Amino acid sequence: MKKFIQRKKIAPLVSSSQKKYLQQLKRNKIQIIIWQISIFASFILLWEIAVRLRWIDGFLFSSPTRVFNMARRLLDDRIFFHMGVTLLECILGFLISTVLGILIAIGLWWSQKARKILEPYLIVLNALPKVALGPMIIVWVGIGMQAIILMTILICVIVAIISILNGFLNIDEGKVLLLKSMGATKFQILFRLILPGSLPNILSALKVNIGLAWVGTIMGEYLASRAGLGYLILYGGQVFRMDLVVTSIVILCVLAALMYLGVAILEKKLIKNYK
Amino acid sequence: MKILNFENISLIYNSLKGETHALKDVNFSVNKGEFVAIVGPSGCGKTTILSLISALIKPTSGTISIAEKTVTTPNGDTGYMLQSDKLFEWLTIEKNVMLGLDIQKKKSIENIEYAHSLLDKYGLKDFKKHYPNQLSGGMRQRAALIRTLAFKPKLLLLDEPFSALDFQTRLAVCDDVYSIIKSENASALLVTHDIAEAVAIADRVIVLSHRPATIKSIYSIEINKETPLLKREDTKFSGYFEKILKELN
Repeated sequence: MKKFIQRKKIAPLVSSSQKKYLQQLKRNKIQIIIWQISIFASFILLWEIAVRLRWIDGFLFSSPTRVFNMARRLLDDRIFFHMGVTLLECILGFLISTVLGILIAIGLWWSQKARKILEPYLIVLNALPKVALGPMIIVWVGIGMQAIILMTILICVIVAIISILNGFLNIDEGKVLLLKSMGATKFQILFRLILPGSLPNILSALKVNIGLAWVGTIMGEYLASRAGLGYLILYGGQVFRMDLVVTSIVILCVLAALMYLGVAILEKKLIKNYK
Repeated sequence: MKILNFENISLIYNSLKGETHALKDVNFSVNKGEFVAIVGPSGCGKTTILSLISALIKPTSGTISIAEKTVTTPNGDTGYMLQSDKLFEWLTIEKNVMLGLDIQKKKSIENIEYAHSLLDKYGLKDFKKHYPNQLSGGMRQRAALIRTLAFKPKLLLLDEPFSALDFQTRLAVCDDVYSIIKSENASALLVTHDIAEAVAIADRVIVLSHRPATIKSIYSIEINKETPLLKREDTKFSGYFEKILKELN
C-alpha cells in the first residue's frame, strides 16, 4: 500500500542539461518580447516618417506626434469625461449581460423542455446582427447612455447564454450521477457541481464577452450618443479631425486591453486548481 | 443479516428504437460484510443493477430492499464508486471527502472526525489540503473510496472502479480498496467485466446472461488468502476463472 503513497510532482533535478533547457526557454521568451516591441516601435516610426516625408497626408492619416499632442491637449476633464462615459457603459453592459446570461443559462439547464422550446429562438437571435435593432432601441429608450447599454446587452447576452449553457451541459455526467446517488437535490447539484465546475468555462465566456461589450458600446455610441469615445471618433470623422479619431482609438485600445487583462488575471487566479 | 435483497426484479425500458427487456426475474442478496461481484457480457445491464439499487431508476416489477427497507429514492444508503474517481478538481481532498456528508446534511462533529480518521488511517493524512491534480491515480481512487465510506452507506456499489487505471496500478489499488473495505467491515457489490478481478476480490461471484439478463449461476469463492493479489496466485484461482469464462461464452 505504501508505495502508492507518493507525490506526483517531484522536485526538479537541476542537471546541467536542465539548466541549459531553462536558459533556452528564457531566451526564447525575451526574443519574443523584443520582437513584439520592435514591431510596434517600427510601425510608429514608419508612420511618423511617412507623414514627415509627405508619403501620406498627415491631415488624413494623422501621425504619432499629432496624436501625442492631441492627447496632451485632451488630457483634461473633457477626455476623462468621455472615457468615463464609455467605460461606464461598457462595464455596465458587460456586467448586466453576464449576470443575465448566467441566470438564463441556469434556467435552460434546469428545464430540458424550456431548452428545447427556446433553442430555435436562440439560434435566430444569435445570427441576427443586433445593430439592426438600433433605430428601434432609440425609439424605445431614447438617445443616451440607456440606449448604448441596451445595445451592449443585446450584443453580449445571447453569446453569453449559449457558451455558458454549453459549459453546464458538458459537466461530467458521472459527477452528476455521483451526487444524485448521494441523494442530492437539483439545487445542490447546481451549486455544488454545475456552477463551480463551469468556472473555467464561464471565465472564458467572459473574455469573449468583454470584446463583444466593446463592440456593443462603440456601435451604440455611433448610433445614439452625445458623449463617449465612440462619439468622439464619429464626431472627429465628421469634422475631419483625424488626430481626434486616432487618439480616441488609441485610448480605446488601451482601455479594452486593460479590461481583458483584468479578466485574464482573474481567470489565472481562480482556476489554478482545475486540470 | 441481509443488507441487500434484490427480489424478482424485471426492467423494461422504452427508447426510440423500441422496448428493451434489460432484466428478467433477477434475484440475489448481499449479506452484511460480504463482497459480491457481478460479471456478465458487455451491455447486459450490469450497471443498470447498480442504478436500480441506488434508486436512480425504478424497476418495472419486483422490490429492492436495503437493510429490510424498500428502496424508493436516493438517500445515502448506498455509496456509488464509478470508473474514474470523479473527485471535484476545485475542492481539496478534505472537502471532496466531506461531499457526501455535506449533501446529506450530516456534518456532525462525530462524522467529520470519522472522515478524518479514514484519511489518517489510509495514508492521505498529509494530503488533506492538496487538490486532486496533485495526487497519483491510486491515491485519488483511495480518496474517492474514503469519500464514499465517510457518510457510512449501508452498501458500497462499485462500477468497474479500477478500469481507468493501468494494469499494475490496478492490481495494487484493487488490493488497497479490498483491504480498506474489509477493515471497515463494509458490504460491497462490484460490477465488472474482468472475471479475474471478480474472482480475486469477491466472496461470491454472480454470473449474468445476455439481455434480458438473468442470473446464470452464483459461485462462492473459497480461496483462503488475504488479499486479491495473493488469491490470484492460488491454485484454485484458475479453476474458478475457467469455469466462469466458459459460462460466459
